[in-house]
Amino acid sequence: MIQVKRQIILNESLGADIYRLSIQAPEIAAAAQAGQFIMVKAGMGFDPLLRRPFSIHQVEGDEIRILFKRLGKGTALLSKLNAGERLDILGPLGNAFTLKQPPCCLIGGGMGVAPLLFLAQTMLSRGITPHILLGARNKEELMAFLPAFQALGCPLQYATDDGSMGQRGFIIEALPPLLAKDNKVKWQVYSCGPYPMMRAVAAICHSKWPCQVSMETMMACGISACLGCTVTARNTNEKGGQYLHVCQDGPVFAADRIEWKS
Amino acid sequence: MNNKNNKNDKNDRMQDLRVDIGGGLQLKNPVMTASGTFGYGREFESFADLDNLGAIVVKGISLRPRPGNPPPRIVETACGMLNAIGLENVGLEAFIKDKLPYLKGHKCPLIVNVLGDSIEEYRHLAAGLDQEEGISALELNISCPNVKKGGVAFGSQPGLAEELTSTVRQATSLPLIVKLSPNVSDIGAMARAAEAGGANAVSLINTLIGMAIDIRLRRPVLANITGGLSGPAIKPVALRMVWQAADAVRIPVIGIGGISTWQDAMEFILAGASAIQVGTANFFNPASVDEIQAGIRRYMRENNIDQLQNLIGAAKGGK
Repeated sequence: MIQVKRQIILNESLGADIYRLSIQAPEIAAAAQAGQFIMVKAGMGFDPLLRRPFSIHQVEGDEIRILFKRLGKGTALLSKLNAGERLDILGPLGNAFTLKQPPCCLIGGGMGVAPLLFLAQTMLSRGITPHILLGARNKEELMAFLPAFQALGCPLQYATDDGSMGQRGFIIEALPPLLAKDNKVKWQVYSCGPYPMMRAVAAICHSKWPCQVSMETMMACGISACLGCTVTARNTNEKGGQYLHVCQDGPVFAADRIEWKS
Repeated sequence: MNNKNNKNDKNDRMQDLRVDIGGGLQLKNPVMTASGTFGYGREFESFADLDNLGAIVVKGISLRPRPGNPPPRIVETACGMLNAIGLENVGLEAFIKDKLPYLKGHKCPLIVNVLGDSIEEYRHLAAGLDQEEGISALELNISCPNVKKGGVAFGSQPGLAEELTSTVRQATSLPLIVKLSPNVSDIGAMARAAEAGGANAVSLINTLIGMAIDIRLRRPVLANITGGLSGPAIKPVALRMVWQAADAVRIPVIGIGGISTWQDAMEFILAGASAIQVGTANFFNPASVDEIQAGIRRYMRENNIDQLQNLIGAAKGGK
């Protein structure tokens, strides 16, 4: 991991307040693995104070890309950045998804789809074609990230909460039928999305199919100094620890390691 | 950056950044890391030059490992953050076995922050660490706001603080720093209590107790309800308390609280701090300790100051 100030190549508005930011960062691009994240300083001042964590969405040559939605002060500042400006970033941080034998299913919702594109590309480069399930609030949000996934040519299903595009409802409903298609097949499930979605994915997969989830929490540093990015572990570990740290032990966890809260 | 530094090496040698923080401990420069913001050092090796630090103060150690508080533990606030980590740490035994060997391999002094629920626990910790090589001083954390018992009572009652300090004083020959809480009505009285108990220095401030509420969920953001406020937002309060503490005691005062730039560090030194600790800034800029040190050096060069020591408390005029 390194701290660098690197040039922005492109900051694209994709609709629905969603942006794709491309940064020229050869050192990070060369080292990055699907599932890892970077910490980005938004703005030069003390408000917002802390860096923001973003999953690496795509690596293209020397470029890394992140996908974000304008929600608060930090993302509002990031949305206004132009090509040529420099961004202070730390990365790559955290662990990566573990690639397993196919068949593989990737299920993501909202901005949680970000690391799944990089994961799908990594799988394709190793000869694995994943089955991709994507969820969004509505057509506008879905269209912000869907084309990048469609370009991969993998089997793809999608749903929107309001039914404005694809299946109406939560994409999670498409998971059990897919996994149940052939009982002899050992699916590997990879998920990133809103907490209730990952909790539902974990419940569906529990004790039947191996499942990896990418967790998000508030995070001050990203380098295991603040100890703020905790999630509760299902079983206390060998050291008697009850908590997992997203930046150090994750962000990718076996879904069964997490104590999911209702 | 490195090239620029090398070019100025000859000039740099003329600035003497050495400071004394009591008990015979001299630092090569006044920039230390604040406990709980720099892990056990190794977390920052890619970002900062550990050998070049004034001192490393490591994450607070208790006698036994502590799991810390349930999440959420942190939340960002305007120019600051609230934390309720709950003193999660590996415990004395694992610290000595797993963390100390790495830290001993560096050229900068190592200061171990210790915390307990009872005077007896503090005494055990001090005695245990006194046996280890490679430790330059102990910092007694009597000021953590995020644990239910212990810490905070020692930090708010001068009598207890003095009793604790003098008990630990007898258990170790290492220089003793007592880290003070700002959540008191008379910071001078607390500093005097530490001095009376035999502390070689006081460090202040720890975090200010605060809270944040999630208006969508209509409940406190932090699982602990309250947390410690840190970051640039608390700097003016910290500076005022350092000023007052420096008036109250003869032992060195170490300034802490929102220091994020070299200008902040200089304000604390001019207010009477013999050294400073960088805390929350390590989170958003892991290279800040190096940048602050370089800035102090540049300030001295530009103002023809040979010895930083001469600037300690200089804002107090004829004191």
